[in-house]
Amino acid sequence: MSLCSQPAAAARLYDPANEHDACGVAFVARLHGGPSREVVERGLLANENLFHRGAQGADPETGDGAGILVQLPDAFLRAVVPFDLPAPGGYGAAMCFLSRDDEKRANAQRLLVETVEAEGQEVLGWRDVPINPERCGSAARAVMPRIRQLFVAAAGAEAHDPDAFERKLYVIRRQAARAAGAALYLASFSSRTVVYKGMLTSLQLGDFFGDLREEAVTSRVALVHSRFSTNTFPSWELAHPYRLLAHNGEINTLMGNVNWMRARESQLASDLFGDDLAKVLPTVTPGGSDSATLDNVLELLTLAGRSLPHALMMMIPEAWEQRDDLSDELRGFYAFHSCLMEPWDGPAAVAFSDGRVVGATLDRNGLRPGRWLETRDGYVVMASEAGVLPIPEEMIVRKGRLQPGKLLLVDLDAGRIVEDAEVKQRVASQRPYGDWFEKCAVHFDDLPEPARGPAPTEPRRRLQLAFGYSQEDLKVLLAPLANTAAEPTGSMGNDLALAVLSDRQPSLFSYFKQLFAQVTNPPIDPIRESVVMSLGTGVGSEGNLLAESPEHSHQLVMRQPILRSAELQKLRHVSHDVFRAHTIDITWPVKEGADGMEPALERVCAQAHDRIAQGANILILSDRAVGPQRAPIPSLLATAAVHHHLVREGTRLRAGLVVESGEPREIHHICALLGYGASAVNPYLMLDSVQDLIDAGMVPEGTDRAEAKRQVVKGIGKGLLKVLSKMGISTVQSYCGAQIFEAVGLEPELVERHFTGTASRIGGVGIEVLAREALERHARGYPVRERVLADADRDAATAGERELLPPGGLYMWRRDGERRMWDPETIALLQHSVRANGDDTSSPQTYERFSRLVNEENSRHGMLRGLLRFRDDVEPIPLEAVEPAREILKRFSTGGMSLGALSPEAHETLAVAMNRLGGQSNTGEGGEDPRRFADERRSAIKQVASGRFGVTIDYLVNSDQIQIKMAQGAKPGEGGQLPGHKVDSYIAKLRHSTPGVGLISPPPHHDIYSIEDLKQLIYDLRCANPRARVSVKLVSEVGVGTVAAGVAKANADHVTISGHDGGTGASPQSSIQSAGVPWEIGLAETQQTLLANDLRSRILVEADGQMRTGRDVVVAALLGADEFGFSTAPLIATGCIMMRVCHLNTCPVGVATQDPVLRKRFAGKPEHVINYLFLVAEETRAIMASLGVATMDELIGRSDLLAPDEAIEHWKARGVDLSRILAISDVEPGKPRRRVQPPPKVLDDALDWELIDACQPAIEGGRQVRLERPVRNVHRTVGGLLSSAIARRRGAAGLPEGTIDVIFRGSAGQSFGAGLAPGVTFTLRGEANDYAGKGLSGGVVAVRPPEGHTYVAQDNVVVGNVVLYGATAGRAFFRGLAGERFAVRNSGAWTVVEGVGDHGCEYMTGGRVVVLGPTGRNFAAGMSGGVAYVLDEDGSFERRCNMELVGFDELSPLDVRELRGLIAEHGRRTGSPVAERVIADWELALPRFKKVMPHDYKRALAELAEEASRTSPEGEPAVTAGEPAR
Amino acid sequence: MGKVGGFLEIQRVGFDKRDPAERVRDYRQYFRVQPEEELQRQGGRCMDCGVPFCHEGCPLGNLIPDWNDLVYRGDWRAAIDQLHATNNFPEFTGLICPAPCESACVLDINDDPVTIEQIELGIAERAWSEGWIVPAPPQRRTGQRVAVIGSGPAGLAAAAELNQAGHAVTVFERDEGPGGLMRFGVPDAKLEKWIIDRRVAVLEAEGIRFECGVDVGRDISPEQLREDYEAVVLAIGSRVHRDLAVPGRELRGVHFAMDYLYQRNRHVAAMQGRPSRPAEQPISAAGRHVVVVGGGDTGMDCISNAIREGAQEARMLDVYPELPWTGRADNTPWPLAPKRTLTTYALDEGGKREWGAEVIALEGTDGHVTKVHARRVQGTSSRDLQPVPGSEHTLPANLVLIAIGFSHPEHEGPINDLGLELDQRGNVKAPVYGASVDGVFSCGDARTGQSLVVTAIAEGRKCARMVDRYLSGRNGRRPPLEPADAHFIETAAETAGTITTAHKVVRPPSSERSE
Repeated sequence: MSLCSQPAAAARLYDPANEHDACGVAFVARLHGGPSREVVERGLLANENLFHRGAQGADPETGDGAGILVQLPDAFLRAVVPFDLPAPGGYGAAMCFLSRDDEKRANAQRLLVETVEAEGQEVLGWRDVPINPERCGSAARAVMPRIRQLFVAAAGAEAHDPDAFERKLYVIRRQAARAAGAALYLASFSSRTVVYKGMLTSLQLGDFFGDLREEAVTSRVALVHSRFSTNTFPSWELAHPYRLLAHNGEINTLMGNVNWMRARESQLASDLFGDDLAKVLPTVTPGGSDSATLDNVLELLTLAGRSLPHALMMMIPEAWEQRDDLSDELRGFYAFHSCLMEPWDGPAAVAFSDGRVVGATLDRNGLRPGRWLETRDGYVVMASEAGVLPIPEEMIVRKGRLQPGKLLLVDLDAGRIVEDAEVKQRVASQRPYGDWFEKCAVHFDDLPEPARGPAPTEPRRRLQLAFGYSQEDLKVLLAPLANTAAEPTGSMGNDLALAVLSDRQPSLFSYFKQLFAQVTNPPIDPIRESVVMSLGTGVGSEGNLLAESPEHSHQLVMRQPILRSAELQKLRHVSHDVFRAHTIDITWPVKEGADGMEPALERVCAQAHDRIAQGANILILSDRAVGPQRAPIPSLLATAAVHHHLVREGTRLRAGLVVESGEPREIHHICALLGYGASAVNPYLMLDSVQDLIDAGMVPEGTDRAEAKRQVVKGIGKGLLKVLSKMGISTVQSYCGAQIFEAVGLEPELVERHFTGTASRIGGVGIEVLAREALERHARGYPVRERVLADADRDAATAGERELLPPGGLYMWRRDGERRMWDPETIALLQHSVRANGDDTSSPQTYERFSRLVNEENSRHGMLRGLLRFRDDVEPIPLEAVEPAREILKRFSTGGMSLGALSPEAHETLAVAMNRLGGQSNTGEGGEDPRRFADERRSAIKQVASGRFGVTIDYLVNSDQIQIKMAQGAKPGEGGQLPGHKVDSYIAKLRHSTPGVGLISPPPHHDIYSIEDLKQLIYDLRCANPRARVSVKLVSEVGVGTVAAGVAKANADHVTISGHDGGTGASPQSSIQSAGVPWEIGLAETQQTLLANDLRSRILVEADGQMRTGRDVVVAALLGADEFGFSTAPLIATGCIMMRVCHLNTCPVGVATQDPVLRKRFAGKPEHVINYLFLVAEETRAIMASLGVATMDELIGRSDLLAPDEAIEHWKARGVDLSRILAISDVEPGKPRRRVQPPPKVLDDALDWELIDACQPAIEGGRQVRLERPVRNVHRTVGGLLSSAIARRRGAAGLPEGTIDVIFRGSAGQSFGAGLAPGVTFTLRGEANDYAGKGLSGGVVAVRPPEGHTYVAQDNVVVGNVVLYGATAGRAFFRGLAGERFAVRNSGAWTVVEGVGDHGCEYMTGGRVVVLGPTGRNFAAGMSGGVAYVLDEDGSFERRCNMELVGFDELSPLDVRELRGLIAEHGRRTGSPVAERVIADWELALPRFKKVMPHDYKRALAELAEEASRTSPEGEPAVTAGEPAR
Repeated sequence: MGKVGGFLEIQRVGFDKRDPAERVRDYRQYFRVQPEEELQRQGGRCMDCGVPFCHEGCPLGNLIPDWNDLVYRGDWRAAIDQLHATNNFPEFTGLICPAPCESACVLDINDDPVTIEQIELGIAERAWSEGWIVPAPPQRRTGQRVAVIGSGPAGLAAAAELNQAGHAVTVFERDEGPGGLMRFGVPDAKLEKWIIDRRVAVLEAEGIRFECGVDVGRDISPEQLREDYEAVVLAIGSRVHRDLAVPGRELRGVHFAMDYLYQRNRHVAAMQGRPSRPAEQPISAAGRHVVVVGGGDTGMDCISNAIREGAQEARMLDVYPELPWTGRADNTPWPLAPKRTLTTYALDEGGKREWGAEVIALEGTDGHVTKVHARRVQGTSSRDLQPVPGSEHTLPANLVLIAIGFSHPEHEGPINDLGLELDQRGNVKAPVYGASVDGVFSCGDARTGQSLVVTAIAEGRKCARMVDRYLSGRNGRRPPLEPADAHFIETAAETAGTITTAHKVVRPPSSERSE
């Protein structure tokens, strides 16, 4: 239902479906009295003050969208329409966006009117909504619809039932909109509310719609929204609010939710709707955004009789599975409803209103901000930020924040805020949900044991061979699982050939790449924040969604989705009056050949359908029948085909799918099966194969088979959580069927039919190739010859157990294994070419051999770029006419490889080389030794990753480019990890951490949960160093182009598109192998999307991921890259030999180790890197000459110079279609295809300029400066530029404490005091938003309520979420409550706060945190350093503390002194009565403090003390670990 | 997997060698493997590299990291299975391979490489002693017959593989026993001949027929073989000697090294009571000044034999410059195999070597050689050797042995009889093992020119696969070419040199362990 023409998507990589948005959201409600003008005006003002959260595209006047939902302004409408209106509630208004084309519009209007009449309602008349077109941007104006309202009076039965009338209006709307198609969009159609919205900025909204400035337009509620979309395609209807909600966030599981909704439709029935229900189907508007879809379903659920809170609690349940603090009713409610609907999972802050209640809720992770307050005169204001309205302090009764999983509900009828617990308890007690669930749900564990054991199978070795097992599957994958229940770790990334180019019969799974969250939604942390995760799943049939009965919970509930074979037997032979299992064979007769598979697949689908018709509600897809005569259909194909077949047939929800297959043996395989519809998997051969490990002694002595299998199952569970958390999904239930994959190398028809909705953008192999490869795999176990010549059955039964599995080659190079891009030959040739050896091997002839091998052999057989050729029908130019190599070298950089992953020697060698040749090196995420800042060992690019290791204001000031690492090609969606044995004292010092303690960076940047957060971080970093370019590193996946467009709109200078094949120091193998796609696709998509959005001209694009030769460089440039990143190849030039043991610290050539003995073996020289990159640049020049292009600038984006290489005769590559990669955007000729201008200036109106001016005497002369300033929420990153100026002038030491002292009054915007430098003290009298004190670098921040406040400070929220993230030094004091993730990744700041939300002190590695009040759940998760002192008034703290890494210690006298000093300072700086009371009753208070001490930290301190006592006889510990001098 | 960090703790311990003074008094093997416990420790030094250069350095693609790990963990049975998966005759390569794997071992960059060859031999010896290596005839026969001409390592490997595939294989050998140069070129000090007999016995028990003393081309025509057999494999080696083109070459007392070695091996065989042909024109080093021309392993084997015969003096002239102490010349940086070895067993036994020495003339008395005139040369390869002015000198010599390699296979005999096409170097032209005549295949030195035992085995194995494929097509058991063959053909072709990378083809001309 798109009103405006979207660009045709088919031919290119850009797909509007990938658009993301996030935003500012707010509501204002009046608790008492009638509708008021003030509510509307305050709503509009709040929205204007959220302007910075919205975005504009290339045309700064055109917003991404803004809107307001208000109650239907009866008095006003009555006055302006030329016809009589019935009493309020007796009529409704349709807010129509109509086609600009007169005829189409007339037609649409007619359709609408006819529908109204057909539904028995009365048309009152039309009204043109007055607008001021000049108040919107030109791009928006160009596609502006006609906006009219239609008034409809209730008639017939609806005339006396307001709810029935609302329902009827919905029925009319759905029908009319479907009938009118693109010519009509109904923003709202209700007797209660009306929505004004459009492609506007929040500043334009009020002026654009004349109505909104009318005095008579009044309401008791105003729900507003300011949108930031990654793209700026003309779209008026995508603005929020929708009919019921405005959303800030993203539904990650959307595809699954939509599929499941579609599957549910055939069973829907509603007494309230009656026959009308059929008219509104499908309930989900195809092609709608996630928010629109969420709105669609919420609307259906509420109109069919559930209350808004009830429906929201179903769709976005809080984390309840592992909670013991919920009432039985509530637990029962959630358990029951989990049988009805999977969670709509993803970061979501939803503000909603139906005109009678208004409220907001937050998803279980709480990854979106929301602050609210209640005033004395009866207003409730909720907004993404505090301070959106200027409300006098004395008017405020209380302040709060949205909390994870909690509801904030304002009941307008009752005139009060209903607390979360009250509303939920009310909803949960409506029916005996818990009893129903107890009665009807069947727990898998309670099923009787089966009479028979698992079916006998073929000899294990035969099966392993037939399913394509290799020795690596056992050694590399299964052994770690069986030993430690842990997924194996690997290093150095994935350089394997793409499955579509592989001759080794890769499994179908390897064509699927996991999608992952980057920028627009955060990955979550399944380990540190395991409280929100759930592996629970269920099978059975689902009931009618619109009703509720005990039978709805007839589900077989399982704790996790992996079944051991005996358990599957239990399921297969389930004898229960509700559950009936049926097994469907998914093998086919080998004698039918490859052609036999497709009919077999059809048979499987038909059988599934028939069995359901006969009453089966558990379908087991099984390949146990595999044998000499029968080959297995790839299990993923069978699963997805059945799933989609049943979805199409409308019977999908009547049965659960269980897969019994010998094929899956990786975590990725299990994920794919679940993602395409399986509820549970029995990977029988994988489990049986533990016997091989036992036989080979690869498990510890005495481990029996059962124990090993248990470990494997546990390990798979952990791995599953890891994978789904990468996409920001918390529960397996909602991952099931969510299809979070992109297919690379599969034919569109195949994907469309069996993997419906999955992106597959380069075409590829179809079902006949899959069948052929399945047979070839099968033939390994059952060779053709034996089948033909001998009595095959006898043979199969006796032979084979001593037969060897193929060696493998997916993890380690093997000659007969999968082709890899780095093999002995390429590595040796590269190393020889950069070292002047003898005559035979030295450059550049050797380099030529190297590049020929890479370009003509490896690439052509493994990478997409190998399938492209340069056009040869162009006029070449002489080589001398091409710009010199040094110009090209400026565009080269090395990738972010941290000091820590690399040895100091290797890290510095790269830096020196890049500086000498004019390129740039990248620090990686481990910080940099300040001693290197000023010499040629300096890295021009300073990386900022989620761990924020070593990120200080001084570090940032010393950069030319700051790179925000959103994702890494080898492990997108995960943080970096540095094993403890690589954290020596030097590394620990640079990272502000503890020697010997492993470091894991959080999966998300805790200050980037959405695109507008990224915009804020970019703003922060610009403040920290206004001279540096800010870059954002992304990984190629479907939709990366739209994310890149969002990055451009967030005002970054530079974006890096990494290929899936990038390197890593340590990562789970499933991430290395199975996430992300080649950069060729992502880069082309980025270029096309940026061009289509007119954003390309203002951002630099870099490509990286296995860049090796000049040809790679030219292909990347032609596809749109300005710059080029190299990582693995330069490392190899310095001597890396791809050991892939970076994570073990045993690198024998000293590249990726901190072992002093091995570091001595490092033999790399800067010259090696210089030689190599020069050779690459020269090769680049030669190709440029042959293409007739003299400069890189002219080369960029010339995809017309590339063509598919027809000469490639690879039999599988024939189906590959690269036309979308090569598609040329239909932008006007002459529009730049590369960056020609910087991004818009954003710092001009910063408050800091004024501060810097005023502080000159301090900065230059060290004299004291005292200031007072007002501050508002629109003032962001206050102190950032000031600190930058100080650091630039004064270095890391800054100024002496107290030199600059500023008092602010008001509500400070985000990132207040970010990176504050030593010598600066900020005292804020008011409140602060999220990220206060982020990256604090030595300054002092104090936040206290303003003078005149009347509420109790310690009970109210004074500062937002993610405070002191990545702080390295300094002190901070907060008088009042803080939000979630207080002091996350703090590595040095000392702070006092009067209460924190969930996940306090997460990942902390240093510093001191004193909490004088309540704490949320999961305190100290991942905390490996520093100390927290928590005042535990009621002794309940331990329950909320994550004790995995920490313990409670006695306070030493030193601790007591430290604690008392901090609390006293807190009292002094904030006037806190809490501090005063504690100090006054010190002896009483002291015993109630819990000292939270990380075990590792304690050990490290003890070691240091011991060392110090050895060296200094006095025994005084000199320095404490990770502790900056105060 | 080996032991994580094991290479940092454990020192390399190579073969256990016998005292040179003692061993020159017999013809028995001069070294043995360390005890099993030591071998296990040595296996723990393996780093299980992400890119195992050893595995690439080995022409057979032996799964070295895999069996190193198995040995480390004491699973010898699994180790021999892994080893046999790529290598039919690990006891041969374990004894006489120059171990390009070890020079490619990543530890060779800055440490001592893993003692791979010793572990290989250890695995093989353990397997023989445990009785794990027993005849395993194929379960069924195809009814097709293959003739293999030549019983060197290439012919034996081809025969073994084809027999396993179910074909009836007959091996024709013109000498009195199978093994080719392994039997008649390599001295017992390195490879005692019972080791060949032991393996041949297994092959025979598996069904291979050996026809020794049958010279194809003389005793039976190759055309006849083509009629009697569905396929013929030519594995006749590269046996035409390179010669020394200097004045005096015609003098008596100047011989090709291989003629000498054949006699010495037959002598030892006769001593041990094994059948051996008598020499027509005996060559003896006893009491003589022996000069060996050529610095390779064949030359070294001449020296060791000469010393055992009681030569007055045994000296070797090598045209190449002295190697640096690391054993690597600049033009063979890691992971390439060094062109020559730093030291060898024959020098330990009393032989002498002159580096950078070129023969310019031979001088004699009464038609018998007495002196060698030589001079110094400088340079790094045979193409750029430059004489050093004024460096001419003379050495006493009454036995001169020419050990400068072989140029190509003998064209007389089967090659000419069948009219096979040759490549530029005079080898059989058989790009993917099939020669220019239908049903005729070639492998080993005959196809590639002189190379290593390990290369010959690899050749034989690949050739067998092509023959098998050819035969399968002939009896219609499977389509002539399947998509999955593409890779196989490609790798086969690659090894055959049609896709030359030049870089990895260069291997040392003859063999010697680098101990």
